[in-house]
Order: sequence, then C-alpha cells, then structure tokens
Amino acid sequence: MADAKIGAYVCKGCGLGDRLDTQALTAIATREGKAVFAKEHDVLCSAAGVEMIRKDIEAGEIDRVVLAACSRRSKTEAFNFDTVAVSRCNLREGVIWVQADTADARAATQEMADDYVRMSCAEVKQMIPPRGNEQAERNRHLLVVGGGMSGLTAAVEASRAGYPATIVEKSGALGGWAARLWRRVPARQPYADPQDTGVAELIAEVEADPNITVYLNATTTRTTGAPGRFAADITTESGKTVTENFGAIVQASGFTPYDATRLPEFGVGKSPDVMDQLGLETLAREANGSPIKRPSDGREVRSVLFIQCAGQRSNKPGHLPYCSGHCCNTSIKQAMYFKDRNPNVDATVLYTDLRTPGNGEDFYRSGQRKGVIFTKGVASVVQPANGALKVKFQDLILNQEVSIDVDLVVLATGMVANSGVDAEAAAKQEAWKDEGAGTDGAQNAKPEAPRSQEVSILNLDYRQGPDVPQLMHGFQDSHFICFPYETRRTGIYTTGPVRRPMDIAQALEDATGAALKAIQALENAAQGRAAHPRSGDLSFPSFHRDGCTQCKRCTVECPFGAIDEDERRYPQFNEARCRRCGTCMGACPVRVIYFENYSIDTVGQQIKAVEMPDETQEKPRILVLACENDAYPALDMAAMQRIHYSAYARVIPVRCLGSVNSIWVTDALNGGYDGVMLMGCQKGDNYQCHFVKGSELAHYRMSKVYDTLEQLQLEKDRVETHEVAITDIQRAPQLIEAMAETVKRVGLSPFKF
Amino acid sequence: MSDLNTVMVEKYRNDFLKEVEANVEEGKWVKMCMQCGVCSGSCPLGPFWEHPPQEVFMMIRAGKRDEILKSESMWMCTSCYNCIVRCPRELPITHIMHGLAHYAERLGLAPKQNPTRKFALMFWDNLAKAGRVNEPILGIKLYFMNGFKQGIQTALKMAPVGLGMLRTKRFNVLALLFHKGCKGKQDIHKILRKAREIELAKAAKFGG
Ligand code: SF4
Ligand code: SF4
Ligand code: SF4
Ligand code: SF4
Repeated sequence: MADAKIGAYVCKGCGLGDRLDTQALTAIATREGKAVFAKEHDVLCSAAGVEMIRKDIEAGEIDRVVLAACSRRSKTEAFNFDTVAVSRCNLREGVIWVQADTADARAATQEMADDYVRMSCAEVKQMIPPRGNEQAERNRHLLVVGGGMSGLTAAVEASRAGYPATIVEKSGALGGWAARLWRRVPARQPYADPQDTGVAELIAEVEADPNITVYLNATTTRTTGAPGRFAADITTESGKTVTENFGAIVQASGFTPYDATRLPEFGVGKSPDVMDQLGLETLAREANGSPIKRPSDGREVRSVLFIQCAGQRSNKPGHLPYCSGHCCNTSIKQAMYFKDRNPNVDATVLYTDLRTPGNGEDFYRSGQRKGVIFTKGVASVVQPANGALKVKFQDLILNQEVSIDVDLVVLATGMVANSGVDAEAAAKQEAWKDEGAGTDGAQNAKPEAPRSQEVSILNLDYRQGPDVPQLMHGFQDSHFICFPYETRRTGIYTTGPVRRPMDIAQALEDATGAALKAIQALENAAQGRAAHPRSGDLSFPSFHRDGCTQCKRCTVECPFGAIDEDERRYPQFNEARCRRCGTCMGACPVRVIYFENYSIDTVGQQIKAVEMPDETQEKPRILVLACENDAYPALDMAAMQRIHYSAYARVIPVRCLGSVNSIWVTDALNGGYDGVMLMGCQKGDNYQCHFVKGSELAHYRMSKVYDTLEQLQLEKDRVETHEVAITDIQRAPQLIEAMAETVKRVGLSPFKF
Repeated sequence: MSDLNTVMVEKYRNDFLKEVEANVEEGKWVKMCMQCGVCSGSCPLGPFWEHPPQEVFMMIRAGKRDEILKSESMWMCTSCYNCIVRCPRELPITHIMHGLAHYAERLGLAPKQNPTRKFALMFWDNLAKAGRVNEPILGIKLYFMNGFKQGIQTALKMAPVGLGMLRTKRFNVLALLFHKGCKGKQDIHKILRKAREIELAKAAKFGG
C-alpha cells in the first residue's frame, strides 16, 4: 500500500469551477493528499474527461483515482473504472449545492471542499482494487426442496431457462396440497368459474423433462456450502443417502393447514359435517361432479355455511394473527361447487371482511351472480342438533344475534408455514419476555410469542442455525419492500406459502421469481460478485488471523449467516454467502476484519484527514456517517433541491450502519470533532435496514459509546443515532442543522488540539 | 293478504331473495350488493329511514320478508339518485327501491297510510285516466288527501301562489272542468292493460 499512485481529477463543470478554487484543490491533492498528479477538467464526465482518466490509468501512471466532482450516485456509467480503486469526492451534491452562493459563505464552502479532497485522497490511499474471489465456482444445478405447485413450477422454469433442477419431495407423490383440490380458483378471464388445478399437467411436464430429477420420500438431511458450491445430502425413506452439488437452492416447503381441532366452539370433532376447506375438497373429489353429500348420513347437502377467518386474523392465543390470503376466494369457489350443481342449495359465506386478492373481485361478483349469499357476521357457536348444525352468529349489518340451521359447515382455517427450526426463537423469546416488562406502555397488545418448529427442512450446516431465518409468524420473508424474494441466507430462496401466505396463482408467479433469483445468485457467485443490494461488488471480507481473539462476534452478528468457524475455531468467511454489508467489520472489537476497498482504515483515515480548526477559530466539525442505501441518497436529493445544511458537517457514506465500528466514533471524539451523527435505516420489527440488523446493531453499539463519552467527560448529545429513510429529504438536512445547534449550545469539544 | 301473497310466502318461505329477484323490478341486483354502505351514507334521507338501503338489501338476503314488504323504508326514496351515482357496484338502487315499493303494493302489504304511497296512487290514477297529468285536479286532490278541513287550510295557504299563477297564465281553471286528456287516450289504456297482463302473467308463472 505504500506505493499507492493516486491521480486526482477535479471537475470544473456543473458550476464547481465558479464556486470553488479548483486550483487550490489540486494543490491540496498533490501536497497533502500525496497524489502523483492532480488535473482540472472543464467537464470531467464528458467523453474527453473520461478518456483522459482512462489513458492515465492505462499508461500505468496511477492505480488509485480521486474523482472530485459529483456524488458517487451520479455518472456511474461514465466513471466506471474497474481496474483501479476509486474514491468519489462529492463536491457538487455534498458542497456547492448545500451551501449558499454568497460572499459570506465562500470561505466555509471552500473549506468543506478542501476537506473532502483530503478525505478522498486519504481513503483511496487505503484502498486496494477489489479482484473478486478467484476460486469461485459455477454450478448451474438448482436444488428445489418441495414438490408442490411452487416447487414444480420453480423446477420447470429453471429447466426452461437451461438450468437443471433436482426436486426433493418428502411425501410419496408430487403435487402437494394442490393435488388434493377438486378445482382451483380461476386464473383466466372471465374469472367466473372454478377451473382445473393443472397439477397433473405440471407433474407430467416435470416427469418428462430430462433436465429435472425427482426424489420422492426424500429429505435434505444436510446442506453445506455457499452459492455456487452447495452440497446437499438427500436421504430417502429407505435410509439411502446421496450427496449432490448445487449452485443455488429454492425452498418450496409449503404450509400445513391450521389445526381446526383448536376451534372446539365450531363443533370440530363433534360432527363430521363440520370441516375445514381441505375437508370439503375431499368431499368434492369424492362426489366427482355429482351433488356433494353430508358425511354424517350421506344425504345431499341442501344448505352450507362457510365461516371465514376461523382461527385467523385473531389475537386469541393459539390463533393465527394473520390473513392467509386465499380463504375468501377458496370459499367462493367451494360455494360454487354447490351452486353450479344445484342453484337451490343455500350457500352462505359468513365474513367480516371479504378479501379477494388478484382477480378475485370478478370471482366474487360471479359468486354473487350465482346466488351465493354473503353475510357480514361473526360466528360464535356451531352445534349439532336434530340432524342439522345450528350456527349462532352476530349479523354485523342488522346488528342482531341470529341462529340458523344448515347441513354443512366449512371453516376457513388458513395456513401455517413449513419453515423449519427457528434458530432465533430462543433469542426472540428472551427479548419478548424483557419487552413484557414494558418499555413502551402504549403497546399493550403483546407481540405473538415466537413458535418453534422441531423438524428442520434444509438441515443447514451453518453456525447460525439449520434453517432460513423467519421474519414474522414463521414465514421466511426477508425484506418485504426492497427485496421481496430474498431470504437471509444468500443463494437460498424460499417461495410459495412458506415465504408468505398465498394462493396458487401467486405461488406460480412467486416460484418463477424465485427460480430466476436463484439463477442470478449462482451466476453472481460464479463471478465472485455480491448478491443484492451491493450487486456486482467484488470485494469480500478478509481478516488478520493473528489479531483475532476468536470472540465470535462477527459470526454471531453477520445477518446472513455467512461466517462459519473453521476447525481451529477461527471465523471462516463464506464469500459467496456474504452481502458485503460490513456488519462483521463493525462488530470486531479488535478491528481485524476488512474489505479491500472498505476498511477501518479507509474510513478512519478519512475521519482523520479533516483539518481540525483549533478552539480559537470557533469552527465546529460534525461527522456524519450516513448509510449509502437511504440516508446518503436522501442527502443527495436534498442537495438537488438546494436544501442547505451546516458547512461544518463532513459526510462519509457507509455500507450500512452495521459496519460502523465504534472505534471511528471514539477516534472522532478524541480527534476534536464536536458532534458525531449516525444515519441509518429504520430498525426493529418493521425494519427497513437493507442488511436486516445493521441499523439495530449500530444503535446498540452506540449505546455503549455513551460510556466512553462519560469517561471523556463529554456531553451525551454529541453523539446521535438516527433512523433516516430515503424519503427524508427535508428531515436529513434538518437533523444536521439541529446537531449544529446542539454544538452551539454545549460548546466546542475540549479535545481540539 | 291477497292470493298472490299467500302463494309467494309458500313458494319462497326460505328464500326471499329469490322472490325479490323474480318479481321486483331490478330485483336481480340485490344479491350483487357488497355491503359497503356507501348508499346509506350517501342517501340524504338515510338517517330518517327505518332501514337504509344497505340494510334493506341485507334484510332481503336474511329472508326478512314481512319486515321489508311492510316497511316504510323504500317509500322514503325521493329518487335523488345519489346512491346510484356512488355505489361502487353500480346497483340501480333507486329503481330497486321503487320496485320493492311497487311489489309490496301489488301484494297488498304496503303501509296503507304512507303519504308517498297515497300520492303515488293518486298520481297514477290521474295519469292513467287521461293519458296525461291534470295538474289542477292532482293539486286539489293532494290538498284534500288528509281530509276536508286540512284541505281547505292548505288551499287557503296556497291561494296567493295560485292567484299569481293565474295572473301569469300558468294555471288554467277551465282545465278543472273540461279535461280532454291526450290524443291517443284509448291506445294508452290498451298499452297499460297489456303491461298489466304481462306483469300478472309473470307473477302467475312464479305463483304457479
Ligand atoms: S456481516 Fe456482512 S460483510 Fe460480514 S460476512 Fe456477514 S454478510 Fe459479509
Ligand atoms: S469479531 Fe474479530 S476477533 Fe472476534 S472472531 Fe471475528 S474476526 Fe476474530
Ligand atoms: S353502495 Fe352499492 S354495494 Fe354498497 S351497500 Fe349500497 S348497494 Fe351495496
Ligand atoms: S335515490 Fe333514494 S335511496 Fe338513493 S340516495 Fe336518493 S333517496 Fe336515497
């Protein structure tokens, strides 16, 4: 690193030349930043400007580049130099657009720009151009766990895209629950009548496809490795195990119907004429198109009542708090089983809210046209009486207690995800107990106690647990808004009702998406590149083994289970599983984890490079560490709107607040900064953090920094951690302004040299 | 109870909705209501109804035959069309209200003293006889709808208006005495007879 050859390029375009003394900036780059040379250019992003830089790189004169121009978020196409390390010195959005264009402001604006040039030079000096993992492998084979609608679809779609797939199905047949349906909710215009499930055709397609291998009565008993090099032990019922290699995994392990016997008030178990929706499918299949008969006495059903949300969308203990998303459409479909045969059968759907996703609204209308009666009401009791079922319910429109007799009752009971062992359940349980003590009294509805399933699906040989972590209610989603499809195990994609409750139509689409994401993951892995959100990033974490104390903090805190332990108990980084968030780097107490282009030093040296005015000058300095995914873009956008903020702020983008090592904060305070701000994404249950836990961890770690503040006898207000969303365009600059005010109030730091 | 009514009760004991569908004008729409309540919320008279439109529809589905047919509710509709404009399901609510009222009347279940009903009958009578409305006669009958004394009182109260209309030739007293009706009066009567026949035949089909 000693012989870093830095070339600095200062742009005069976009008004930079008018507002700043660019010549002074080049001088700083060469004199203080130790750049080999510094060049000015009228429009750096122009073809000529880019060509100039390219030539310098090709001539071998430089191997590090400082682009003192616009934000790293603009002109990414033009400034794409992948053989060298690049630091984007943000003078446009970061300086001239957020400062007033007045004579008064001129000096402070220039100081800001000077500092950013110093910081960029310091950063790039510590950087090594990332090369990617050279041992990366390409394995094009996809493992699909589960042979239901989702699994079959994922395999077929992968195969059509030219990637072979292997299906591991635990039962003796393909098709899953869908194969047990009589008909499915229509997926085609005019969405009026139940249609064939299509399972048989799908199974036939899979069986005829030489690219797809099927294991029945089989489970994945051990899964090791990482994207591009997974190995799975597939064990069949007979006990025989084969080990195969895969590039990526699609987990389509589906759902288990909610156990209706938990609803004794609805007469489950007391009469065979009360059943769940799957029970009715069985009756319909038996009837095979002729009128459906009552199980109790074989008489044709003349009246049937469907009770929606049976044990769902309910806060009662043991019930499911969520909506399963398909039951309303399913009940409409099942009511049609009766109405289509005989319009004189009374079919009533008892609902509180009818939710018909997809094109269900048309289907609902069709049900109404066919004479299905929809009654808004809540059932309380179902009791067998005189060869009928007496149902008591509260009619919510007429506001009266009603009692009716029907032949058959069908309960819409919903789905429970087959997500396997919840490794975080124990931890969650603890947190849940603590929370019960009541940190915020406003929230009196206690969160649902996490469930834990005993049987693992994937049996991952990962240190952080044998299955994909769960987000809510046992579903294996990861980040609903920004990254649907992604799980927290890179290269493993869950799909279908194990990911979130869904119907067949959604599962088919979901499975297609999952297959494509899995393909993307294995292709990325083959090139040694990161998955989202730093897609294409070639850097990966390394560590200095000598310094490592084997504290395991990195292993535990990595949100993606990327780190195992080797046989000597040192962390073992699985680069293909890693998302390059740097959370491990932020966690390491001895600071031995680093990326080639992002390390304790690349940021630490930036912090130190800022020129610290002494006390007499009355110029405070505020360090802002802003998450590159939300907070930094928000500041950029504020700049586009010319929203000004304090010229005393120095903003450094970080991969994630999780990567912020408290040493940066401590060093900054010791170095004389008057305030330190961390800006990251929303944490907690509805987290928006792109790396799941980064923001949460940062908040936690910063709570420890307050001890340091106390030791240094500094005011607590000098360090702040904020949740900032990409939409906080007004708020983010305001926060900086507020910090400037705070500094004014508490006075300058006593640690100025 | 008329004969027709007894037959209907027998036939649709369990399913008033089907009865409405078969016999009430636009009645087939009742089952399409999704109970959002927009109509009731939009109806300027809703707060005064015993059962606002949404509830009327729910009661029909719940088989509350007597309660609905004997109710004053649908007689409250002023045909402002607010509900139709707003119903997300595009139900012809106003028409259903009138259809229900009409059906209740046919069955002899409509509330006898309901003023809207009285006026409607009066209007129809007036119109059907001459093929066009005779306003002076209709007006006077309306005044005396609730008895002689009140009629006189109303007439006196309205006298200045009447005189004003007389002066501006908006009101022809002679029409009270010589009402000719429209040209094709006979044809109108024929048409109405035919319509009645069709209606009864339809009812008889369901009754039979
Ligand atoms: S914490 Fe982040 S950067 Fe570190 S190994 Fe895990 S995914 Fe990779
Ligand atoms: S956090 Fe640092 S010291 Fe601890 S195990 Fe990981 S690399 Fe070693
Ligand atoms: S607005 Fe239409 S759909 Fe809504 S309650 Fe009234 S009639 Fe029914
Ligand atoms: S048309 Fe009748 S029912 Fe509809 S809003 Fe007007 S008064 Fe109410």
